[in-house]
Amino acid sequence: MDTKVTIAGVELKNPVMTASGTFGSGMEYSDFVDINRLGAIVTKGVANVPWSGNPTPRVTETPSGMLNAIGLQNPGVDVFIERDLEFLKQFDTPVIVNVCGHTVEEYLEVVERLADTNASLLEINVSCPNVKQGAIAFGQKTEALFDITKRIKAVARQPIIMKLSPNVTDIAEMARAAEAAGADAVSLINTITGMKIDINRRKFVLANKTGGLSGPAIRPVAVRMVYQCANAVKIPVIGMGGIATYEDALEFIMAGATAVSVGAVNFANPYATVEIIEGIEKYLQDTGTQSVKELIGCVR
Amino acid sequence: MSYRKKETTTVVSQEMISEGIFDLRVKTAAASDCVPGQFVGVFPPSDAHILMRPISICDADPDGQILRMVYRIAGEGTKGISKLKAGDEVKLLSVLGNGFPLETAKDKKVAVFGGGIGIPPMLYTSEKLQGISKETEIYLGYRNSDTFLADEFKPCGTVNIVSEDGSIGYKGNVLDAIRERNYRPEVIYACGPMPMLRAIKIFAEETGALAYISLEERMACGVGACLGCVCKTVHKDAHSHVNNTRICTEGPVFDAREVEI
Repeated sequence: MDTKVTIAGVELKNPVMTASGTFGSGMEYSDFVDINRLGAIVTKGVANVPWSGNPTPRVTETPSGMLNAIGLQNPGVDVFIERDLEFLKQFDTPVIVNVCGHTVEEYLEVVERLADTNASLLEINVSCPNVKQGAIAFGQKTEALFDITKRIKAVARQPIIMKLSPNVTDIAEMARAAEAAGADAVSLINTITGMKIDINRRKFVLANKTGGLSGPAIRPVAVRMVYQCANAVKIPVIGMGGIATYEDALEFIMAGATAVSVGAVNFANPYATVEIIEGIEKYLQDTGTQSVKELIGCVR
Repeated sequence: MSYRKKETTTVVSQEMISEGIFDLRVKTAAASDCVPGQFVGVFPPSDAHILMRPISICDADPDGQILRMVYRIAGEGTKGISKLKAGDEVKLLSVLGNGFPLETAKDKKVAVFGGGIGIPPMLYTSEKLQGISKETEIYLGYRNSDTFLADEFKPCGTVNIVSEDGSIGYKGNVLDAIRERNYRPEVIYACGPMPMLRAIKIFAEETGALAYISLEERMACGVGACLGCVCKTVHKDAHSHVNNTRICTEGPVFDAREVEI
């Protein structure tokens, strides 16, 4: 039984990783899960300098999901390298660093600073809906996505994953633009922009008015988009969106994802990642499937 | 802090002790590994609610392994929790947050303030202050004469009841009461609505008292990963270095001088 998969030349011991922003850099969840069990750890978005994020309230629950508008609060790449990447060196788990910025130059600065670190892959966040300037602006037009992908690819030492937004008309077109510009993989979906109103206070629940919807509520949308993208490009697709169980993870894999990320569900169940890995192993065993690779895109 | 897990526990009892306010007791070993001011994440029974509800620890019985939470229904999630009965299962993420630094009260004159649904955590705090503080005055602020939990504070110090409508005890707020009594604490422990905490911060600055206040915010993970529940701080925070500290992890209790509220 083989659970190994490969993304842009980086071998993962299994296809289950964490979704950026839901797992910090692993420190906070190392009381609950053995980081060594994970296929990869995807860290919280990091910028060239510290970002303080949005005012509170930043989070609220919605049916089978939640809205967040954190606004990419992060300590900046210097602290991140010294503290977070240093912490992650003790584990035998590839590190995927999520990179954010307001301008192409800011992304490039972070990517360059990460060149000689233990980051195995970089995930470029061009899809955060909660930052006024940058981020999603690069992920909603094919030309802008193509341009930023090409410029990052030109300087990046590590393979790059472009993280796509579902807040577009045709996500497959975005995946094609990323691939054409040289992206090594795409990951999707980021959150879906949403809103919640407190009718008693007659106000928005989130200080940012809008937030990104995540959790099981968005899963069917995510599976559909992963399927569309996997059929549109040759580069690996990393699927995410409300994955809570191994059954959910297998849906994404059968739709065409080479690997999957567990996000908001970490909050509901901090053991989710490892439980999903164990569930996939058992599924392979029970169904006599030799390798998880056989399942990637098996539903057409 | 050693007890850190998500576990399925059993409800020992639950009763409504005031309009919309419930007293929930559950069986968990966390009861012998928690301190006043800490909180637990209580998951509503329906899986459609993916987030825990942060609820402060009102009391802990380490011998009986019983953790007690007193909370107010604030929405659908807490409404679901309020329907749990003895014998039902309830999932908890515990134990979360830092708790009140009680040793600071050693041989000092102490004031404990609780306002509204901020009163419950102050019960456990007041109990544990016995034998530490030199003197404890407790100020409990209510809307009216429905003074839930007030009797249970009596063994812990001088209890001063305050009601907004003046129907019982001092009329006004807890600060009006402490000024009227002319009590000058050296250390303050407080939980309650933001206007009360702001007033306590100013009172502490004016009188030179040390004030520890417990804050509340909408939360997702409860363990410091999501950065949902932050509070502005005077100094650079340890996590992000942006003067935005995590209430769930560096808090919920803060030295009032350290936070911008």
